[in-house]
Amino acid sequence: MFEDLSSKLDKAFQSLKGEARITDVNIAETVREIRRALLDADVNYEVARQFTDDIKEQVLGSDVLTSVNPGQQFTKIVHDKLVETFGGEKADIALAQTPPTVILIAGLQGSGKTTFTGKLARHLKQEHKRNPLLAAADVYRPAAVDQLKTLASQIDVPVYSIEQKDAVRVAKEAVSMAKSLALDTVIIDTAGRLHVDEDMMNEVAEIKKAVNPHEILFVVDSMTGQDAVNTAKEFNERIDFDGVILTKLDGDTRGGAALSIKSVVNKPIKFVSTGEKLDALSPFYPDRMAQRILGMGDVVSFVEKAQKEFDEKEAEKLQKKIRSDKFDLNDFLEQIQKIKKMGDFSDLVNMIPGASKALDDAEIDDDAFKPIEAIILSMTPEERQEPELLNGSRRRRIAKGSGTTVREINQLMKQFDQMKSMMKTMSKMGKAGRALQGLKNLPIGR
Amino acid sequence: MGFLEKLGLKKKEKLDEGVQKSRDGLLNKIGKAFVGKDKVDDAILDDLEEILITSDVGVNTTIEIIKKIEERVARDKFVTQDELQSMLRQEIVDLLEDNAPDKPAEFNADFPVKPHVILVVGVNGVGKTTTIGKLAHLYKKAGKNVILGAADTFRAAAVDQLKIWSERADVPIIQQGQNADPASVAYDTVAAAKARGADVALVDTAGRLHNKKALMEELAKIKRVMGKVVEGAPHEVILVLDASTGQNALQQARAFTETVEITGLALTKLDGTAKGGIVIGVSHELNVPVKYIGLGEQIEDLQVFDRADFVNALFGE
Ligand SMILES: Nc1nc2c(ncn2[C@@H]2O[C@H](COP(=O)(O)OP(=O)(O)OP(=O)(O)O)[C@@H](O)[C@H]2O)c(=O)[nH]1
Ligand SMILES: Nc1nc2c(ncn2[C@@H]2O[C@H](COP(=O)(O)OP(=O)(O)OP(=O)(O)O)[C@@H](O)[C@H]2O)c(=O)[nH]1
Ligand SMILES: [Mg+2]
Ligand SMILES: [Mg+2]
Repeated sequence: MFEDLSSKLDKAFQSLKGEARITDVNIAETVREIRRALLDADVNYEVARQFTDDIKEQVLGSDVLTSVNPGQQFTKIVHDKLVETFGGEKADIALAQTPPTVILIAGLQGSGKTTFTGKLARHLKQEHKRNPLLAAADVYRPAAVDQLKTLASQIDVPVYSIEQKDAVRVAKEAVSMAKSLALDTVIIDTAGRLHVDEDMMNEVAEIKKAVNPHEILFVVDSMTGQDAVNTAKEFNERIDFDGVILTKLDGDTRGGAALSIKSVVNKPIKFVSTGEKLDALSPFYPDRMAQRILGMGDVVSFVEKAQKEFDEKEAEKLQKKIRSDKFDLNDFLEQIQKIKKMGDFSDLVNMIPGASKALDDAEIDDDAFKPIEAIILSMTPEERQEPELLNGSRRRRIAKGSGTTVREINQLMKQFDQMKSMMKTMSKMGKAGRALQGLKNLPIGR
Repeated sequence: MGFLEKLGLKKKEKLDEGVQKSRDGLLNKIGKAFVGKDKVDDAILDDLEEILITSDVGVNTTIEIIKKIEERVARDKFVTQDELQSMLRQEIVDLLEDNAPDKPAEFNADFPVKPHVILVVGVNGVGKTTTIGKLAHLYKKAGKNVILGAADTFRAAAVDQLKIWSERADVPIIQQGQNADPASVAYDTVAAAKARGADVALVDTAGRLHNKKALMEELAKIKRVMGKVVEGAPHEVILVLDASTGQNALQQARAFTETVEITGLALTKLDGTAKGGIVIGVSHELNVPVKYIGLGEQIEDLQVFDRADFVNALFGE
């Protein structure tokens, strides 16, 4: 499931036991594994080659091999390099000195431009107290204007559209309209277009010339494969966009296109889109994207959140308990309450590609914990410490007290036992691995 | 230019030049210097690897193709460059599933059951609604009575969009407006098709990411209710894949197959520079044929898939 890069690299390193320094020869297989991981994630062929060449150069002669865990350490090097490539600073949307700020949205067909136009309007309205006007400059796609109007009405934002099929005119008139209505922001939704479509590329260049946008955003589907470099490059040459929007990240794609595009056009990724509803918009986090590309899911965010609730010392205490088989239902209850504090659980799990599958498709929400809590809370302190005490009559009593059934209690106890033994194995693994694998064994769902 | 020169040059090339590199006639070069061999030179394999990977064929399938070629060449030997070329092509063509006779891709073919019900599914924005518009047009042109069902009731203005396509193709549409129960629309569509003696019913569905359990369950339900009206309906479930999609398409295909048993693929947006190579692995792994390709946004821009043409296009011809 999470056969992540680090375990693959560990394998590659196994044959190198005893070698102290990294050389051109002994690193070859490792580099191949990294390259393959990148290609599997849809990083462009040339970009992946360049990236691994750079990594190789960086580690040649270093003593990574002698570290306790070369696989993990190497993965960290790759991860950090990805983060570095994505760039540290959070890039914001440029706003004009004198209103209106004009924002142009462009991209391929179906990438999510119109939806993003609605999302950005909502974001600017709610977070920045702006008053946007949307310009319906997609004059081709059937019902494109209706679509934009429907989205705009959900957030109570006006739309400018005309009967004529003249995208440049829509854009120009929308800007004048905004001026006369004292609206401070114009977001122009344009038709999807292929980078090789001369006429359509001319059109968007014309729109740019006509309204001189303060911000041009290129919208890309995060599931895009090798071709991402070609389209990004061509759009960039024609309209020199300011930033990239990565959409549909609520899927389980690894999203290597993000790296390809960043490497080829070197423009910041400004937002990510994570759903069809207008509130599904987030800033871009380089570390999360790096994790995702490496197939580890968004472990960083997860561990970050987890760390807030689980401090090191406590974790150590827990580890000891697990190892010496003293982990009891009290500890379990405590863990559940902490997980609940970490926030929306299904959101957390969804950050990790494949995780919902790993969790056997369990419907995960905070309510899932309720019966478990109720059951444990209906036990006596002795029972929580020594679950072996739970015979049939005790279980019936607890069922009554917690409003559950004996069957549910039996199931919980079975899962608790399974979890305990899994946790024991897990305690030998790395931290992130533990966090993830622990998740899988939570006795929730069906 | 020979291979070695080309490879030597490749190293010096800048990244952006590299990715733009034309593949024109790459295959033409293959074999030139290697006449009469029982082994494919590493340089050829490297080149093949690059062609396949940059076409989104994916690492696994690429390895599989290369292995097959090596086996084939070890066995059959190749004498001319044409022979190696045709071996290459044949191996890839063979990975692509052929169209099933009971679900013909030709628009004038007779269907075993009337109405022949086609459910169209896929992730967001791949071209489902557009493909339905094009299919409706082609079936109609071939003399079939077609009916459309607007079972995407979720996406903003989805019903309006399909309505416009129904007008373009000049075929009736069954709809209950936005936010209606999609399964109910699907049911109505099949019932109407049956009552009116239509030949083909095409049902549009909302785009949904395959990792969303509730949405996939909704789709399963849409499929289920159709079978209650007409025996065996839907007779086809077409998964639409965007040619620019990378390796995730395989995940999509697996999940949709698991939920609604895909019977065929439509590969859209091949009018761009994306090659859609992922369909090789998808078709091979899931045993589903690619039926159609989308080549533009206009009603005429749909073609029946041809395996050999597709493989030729992969090599830039
Ligand atoms: N799951 C998911 N779906 C999205 C996201 N963004 C957009 N979509 C969906 O993707 C599909 C296409 O989105 P649109 O906004 O219409 O895309 P577009 O780029 O305007 O399309 P054209 O105008 O036809 O080029 C719709 O079904 C959207 O609901 C996202 O972040 N996640
Ligand atoms: N260039 C090109 N564009 C296409 C093709 N097929 C569809 N499109 C465009 O892709 C965009 C999305 O197409 P739709 O048919 O709305 O896609 P969909 O799958 O129904 O989208 P949702 O219902 O939102 O999930 C539109 O702008 C279409 O015009 C094609 O073969 N080539
Ligand atoms: Mg649009
Ligand atoms: Mg649609």
